[in-house]
Amino acid sequence: MSSSVTLSPDVKTVTLGTVDDMRERIRRKSKLKGRQADDISLAEVRALIGAPPHQRDLLIELLHKINDAYRCLHDRHLVALAKEMNIPMAEVFEVATFYHHFEVVRGDAVAPGLTVRVCDGLSCELAGAQDLLKRLPALLGNADVQVIPAPCLGRCEQAPVAVVHQHPVPHATVQSVVALVDAAKAHHPEAQTDAVFAAAELAERSVSPEPHAIEVAPGYTGLDAYRAQGGYGLAAALVNGEHDAEAVLKAMEDSGLRGLGGAGFPAGRKWRIVRDQPAPKLMAVNIDEGEPGTFKDRTYLERDPHRFLEGLLIAAQVVGIEHCYIYLRDEYHGCRAILETELALLRANPPCELPLIELRRGAGAYICGEESAMIESIEGKRGEPRMRPPYIAQVGLFGRPTLEHNFETLYWVRDIVERGPDWFSSFGRNGRKGLRSFSVSGRVKQPGVKLAPAGITVRELIAEYCGGMLEGHKLYAYLPGGASGGIFPESLADVPLDFDTLQPHGGFIGSAAVIVLSQQDSARDAALNMMRFFAHESCGQCTPCRVGTAKSATLLEAKVWDIETLEDLNIVMTDASICGLGQAAPNPVRCVVKYFAHEVS
Amino acid sequence: MNAPTEMNEVTPFTIAFKLDQQTVIAFEGESILKAAKRHGIDIPHLCYKDGLRADGNCRACVVEIKGERTLAPSCCRNATAGMEVLLKTPRVEKSQKMVLEMLLSDMPDVGYKWNDADALSGAAALGDTPPVTVGAEASANSATQAIGQHGELSYWADKLGVTVRPQLKALRRHQPKSDVSHPAMAVNLDACIQCNRCVRACREEQVNDVIGYAMRGSHSEIVFDLNDPMGDSSCVACGECVQACPTGALMPKTQIGSQVVDKKVDSVCPFCGVGCLVTYNVKDNKIVSVDGRDGPANHNRLCVKGRFGFDYAASPQRLTVPLIRRAGVAKDPESLSKLNRDSADWSEVFREATWEEALAYTAGTLKNLRDTHGKKSLAGFGSAKGSNEEAYLFQKLVRTGFGSNNVDHCTRLCHASSVAALLEGVGSAAVSNQVNDVQHSEMIFVIGSNPTANHPVAATWMKNAAKLGAKIVLADPRITDIGKHAWRTLQFKPDTDVAMLNALIHTVIEEGLADQDFISKRANNFEALRENVKGYSPEAMEPICGIPAQKLREVARAFAKAKSAMILWGMGVSQHVHGTDNARCLIALVTVTGQIGKPGSGLHPLRGQNNVQGASDAGLIPMMFPNYQRVTNKAAHAWFENFWDTQLDDQPGYTVVEIMHKALAPDSDPHKVRGMYIMGENPAMSDPDLNHARHALASLEHMVVQDIFMTETAWLADVVLPATAWPEKNGTVSNTDRMVQLGKQALDAPGQAKPDLWIIQQIAKRMGPHAAPLHGSLPPEGAVPALGRPGGGVGLNWNYAGEFDGVAAVYEEMRQAMHTAISGITWERLQRESSVT
Repeated sequence: MSSSVTLSPDVKTVTLGTVDDMRERIRRKSKLKGRQADDISLAEVRALIGAPPHQRDLLIELLHKINDAYRCLHDRHLVALAKEMNIPMAEVFEVATFYHHFEVVRGDAVAPGLTVRVCDGLSCELAGAQDLLKRLPALLGNADVQVIPAPCLGRCEQAPVAVVHQHPVPHATVQSVVALVDAAKAHHPEAQTDAVFAAAELAERSVSPEPHAIEVAPGYTGLDAYRAQGGYGLAAALVNGEHDAEAVLKAMEDSGLRGLGGAGFPAGRKWRIVRDQPAPKLMAVNIDEGEPGTFKDRTYLERDPHRFLEGLLIAAQVVGIEHCYIYLRDEYHGCRAILETELALLRANPPCELPLIELRRGAGAYICGEESAMIESIEGKRGEPRMRPPYIAQVGLFGRPTLEHNFETLYWVRDIVERGPDWFSSFGRNGRKGLRSFSVSGRVKQPGVKLAPAGITVRELIAEYCGGMLEGHKLYAYLPGGASGGIFPESLADVPLDFDTLQPHGGFIGSAAVIVLSQQDSARDAALNMMRFFAHESCGQCTPCRVGTAKSATLLEAKVWDIETLEDLNIVMTDASICGLGQAAPNPVRCVVKYFAHEVS
Repeated sequence: MNAPTEMNEVTPFTIAFKLDQQTVIAFEGESILKAAKRHGIDIPHLCYKDGLRADGNCRACVVEIKGERTLAPSCCRNATAGMEVLLKTPRVEKSQKMVLEMLLSDMPDVGYKWNDADALSGAAALGDTPPVTVGAEASANSATQAIGQHGELSYWADKLGVTVRPQLKALRRHQPKSDVSHPAMAVNLDACIQCNRCVRACREEQVNDVIGYAMRGSHSEIVFDLNDPMGDSSCVACGECVQACPTGALMPKTQIGSQVVDKKVDSVCPFCGVGCLVTYNVKDNKIVSVDGRDGPANHNRLCVKGRFGFDYAASPQRLTVPLIRRAGVAKDPESLSKLNRDSADWSEVFREATWEEALAYTAGTLKNLRDTHGKKSLAGFGSAKGSNEEAYLFQKLVRTGFGSNNVDHCTRLCHASSVAALLEGVGSAAVSNQVNDVQHSEMIFVIGSNPTANHPVAATWMKNAAKLGAKIVLADPRITDIGKHAWRTLQFKPDTDVAMLNALIHTVIEEGLADQDFISKRANNFEALRENVKGYSPEAMEPICGIPAQKLREVARAFAKAKSAMILWGMGVSQHVHGTDNARCLIALVTVTGQIGKPGSGLHPLRGQNNVQGASDAGLIPMMFPNYQRVTNKAAHAWFENFWDTQLDDQPGYTVVEIMHKALAPDSDPHKVRGMYIMGENPAMSDPDLNHARHALASLEHMVVQDIFMTETAWLADVVLPATAWPEKNGTVSNTDRMVQLGKQALDAPGQAKPDLWIIQQIAKRMGPHAAPLHGSLPPEGAVPALGRPGGGVGLNWNYAGEFDGVAAVYEEMRQAMHTAISGITWERLQRESSVT
């Protein structure tokens, strides 16, 4: 019975506090849950993005507008943006923090006035990027300038490269960067339409100028000049029914053109698959050129944008596509300006009825070069690759059948159709067929894009196209396909470079980004550089890649590698990752173990 | 017409595929993981959870599919005809084990969700007695690596024999700080495996949109809003994330550590009308946590109330002993406005008594009032929070013991107006279809209801439907949270419901959108309605209700043209002087558009209390016997007189509001109410005119209150009887979908508190019948013969046999009394199925 009295009479009456205390308590209790948008931030955001409603897929575009205006994303602006778009704050935040070009700052923190990015991709590192990263902060000596490393900026032939806000500095030196900062030149210089560029005529030649002639913003072929060469004639004829779509499709199939983003899926077959899907169908063009060592798309785009756009129109017409999205990596500020200008000119004076064409801006995420991650990004989400099946040709962008192409694949369409499929397949060496745009960088005299026959060997490429190795350097190793394609020793320098030829040796050609190493370099450093890159760029979705790349990058720092643990990580990454990033990340490690064991034992 | 007519319409297509040489059958669209599970093979999995979209990110469930280059996640990959799946190859096992090892390598030494009774049992089994080290700082090679530290992760690691090699343990990630800012949940992301089950639970299942997956790569992190502390975020504490979390990174604060409990008891949530099924986890006679169970209304979902609102049963303020007002202490209604229930000392007002004394005193006094002042001098308020059996027995006590129909409950102030309109308009005082039928709706019309706050789990179905493309229209003077998900909002001026709704009906009829076929076959008085709404054009109503005419027309057209449209409403429609008219408009709207009687279409008054539907069904209303049999209906009256073997009043009793008036009536009024029995209601706090209600209650000659807390009403009582909380008793409740659902006792009642069913029977026994039995012990006509006279016993000396105060016997009697409605729902069936409609 003793437990029966629970409201004991000797419970003391507690003073609840003053009236003000009570008011404060009520205020706190009656506060709405979570952050609320304030009127000033709402007004500021609205001034930048306009009045609602806003399409959900434009989230990244709208974040760019705010980030450009304030050079950062204040949390209060994110709250306001969520309210204006009527989407959850968490969705805004998770997208904003996924992309490295968005600088999310909290509360009253201010963003640095200027950001200097130094590329620490392998080619730039070979050319002294770490030295720049070490010395620049002290020299710029300004709390308002931050110097940060950036993953491959796609200017490997200009290594080392820095970017002052949006102004690239080729062959950067401490002096040239400081001079640019002092001169407050933070925007990409404007390019002139004073060049006439015809890529096909550069077949079996170097596309890039020699190192001394490199310009940040080379002249390009504008709309008038392009049309003067007969440009858009094919597209217009197709749209107007004067040219047979089936014949174009046939030419594409016969040319043997394969996707030039890295996966190498036959382009003509892809067109036919998507053409047979139910409408509405969409196109997504991948210019998120981020594979370390790759710069071919930029090289063509900043010289000849309309040849690509015509390829896009032809593909859209043949496949039956009404809406095209062009996804351009954010680092290519010059290319963006060109595309914006030229698309406007094209719309103002269309050679034929145009599909809807939208230019979308990446925001600093290598993974968005993966086709399904890019689709997620175009939808305004985190760039997390999707699982397949379903394939994006069937269920792609916004759940619709989608034709996705790398920039360069579309770039060759006009020439292949006009010159005939045999023109393209007539090139080739060592039994391989077609042309490949090799992005060559590293220890060679004349790095750059080389439009060489498929099947060429690296030894031939260096000798015939690159003026040989740099003085004092001897070929030691090379990466045939950027970060993911493995690292081969000099003894494999006579293997034909093409799709399918490198797999037996534990590598692949991918986007044909060839990085050349000499006896002054080490393969293990290259592998470490690559694994750090993968860890930095892993989207974080699946366990093998998220955990595996990070743990591997640490294990690779050891003088003597723990090969057993590394190989266990390699296996699970290769076998069980969702996308190619995780599946290919072990390639450099495995190559080092296989070909350069002396460096790590 | 919607029911399938051919067998092949209900037989899913099947596919034959191979699992490790064995040919097995999968349903079309079924994942390898699910098909394997049906065949008794449990493939390791972490990010997959039944009820959540398969995401395939953890990769613990990868399998080999012949002909494919890489392994495939079996949770995301559907079986296809002829597919050959390999589960047991070294390659598969290597990846599965590596995934577990990688995840384990980042875990803290001591976790938050132990599968074992104590943290060190795994280590202890090895013969060590290591010192207890807590948190991530504990040294990596400490022996505290018990096998069951991290919930599902440890479960699978144990099953596959995975331990972490020191080389990987040494690379443990930088661990985030713990976040205990939320009152109910702890966030310990050092145990997070980034499986994003919580994100899917929060965003896709509950659509509360608080949790996100931010940053990138190995920095990826679960965040609340903009990476805010959980307690400061917009979290509404539904707790779906803690139910989803496999490793204990998100945990209810009450159950961090061992998950071993004394018992798990299946029951029903006692809070709102949605009627979610729950499982109580009980340790030392206390509920330590609540899990959502797969009930028809909730499918494992819960809200903050059901998941975390269980501590009231263990409150130190519970009533635990019968109390009698001290002699000479006056009932002062004014004092209630100054009363602080947390600190007030009732011992100055009441003295403790024995059950025998309290029952004898209160029953004797009530009997005396009845016998002195007549049968109308007593009244009873039952409860919409009690069980059906309690409601049934309470109204039986009033009708057969008090001798009048003066019995009512809070429905009077709630959906009684909807009930009246529905009985009149469609002949049934309940919803036409369950809430989650909105998944079949093209339009969901929500009016006068704030479901995200008041019926949170019901709201999740609406939000889910909206995400899949259904159009929500929110009509409300306030734009509440559901407005975020609405296609259109009609923010009309308060009290102009009829004007606005008639404008919609007008538009439908005048624009030729009425469903003539439906109207001709199934509706009456259409012409009268057409005449009536002629003057209610949207243009004419715009200045009255404040909604632009164009918008009214747009909504009316969309409603009429939708393949299916459902209306859900709450107190905003019913709590009016013209609440019945409001509901009539809604009925008319679905009738002229034919939006009832097909999937995803119909009328749904969202009931408030957990058993307001059942209490009304069981007869806790003054004008009706159980199952809405009018007391003025001669046949019904005769049936119940025969059934209960007692003379019954053939006039409706007084309602909640009228009883308050009658308590203050002059002595000369023969119907003046002088004594009351109030079970589980608090009219001194919930009636609309509190001063009036409190004065009325204080003026009663005798009032007995049966409750679990010292309520404001109890403060004015002569006798206070300590009753049981929901988890302390057995019984059924009927939810807003009108499912009859079974609750089972999980706890022992505190002190001398007694089950309500027992208390009612004790009072009945002591009061005796108001009149002599009619027949003696003849079985009533229509009663199931085998049962004999219900209840048995003589007079009010009922004899409900069986455990839990004869709850099954009471249910069986109620089933007979309501035989046209629930005769198919037997007690045995309820025991078996938990929830029956």
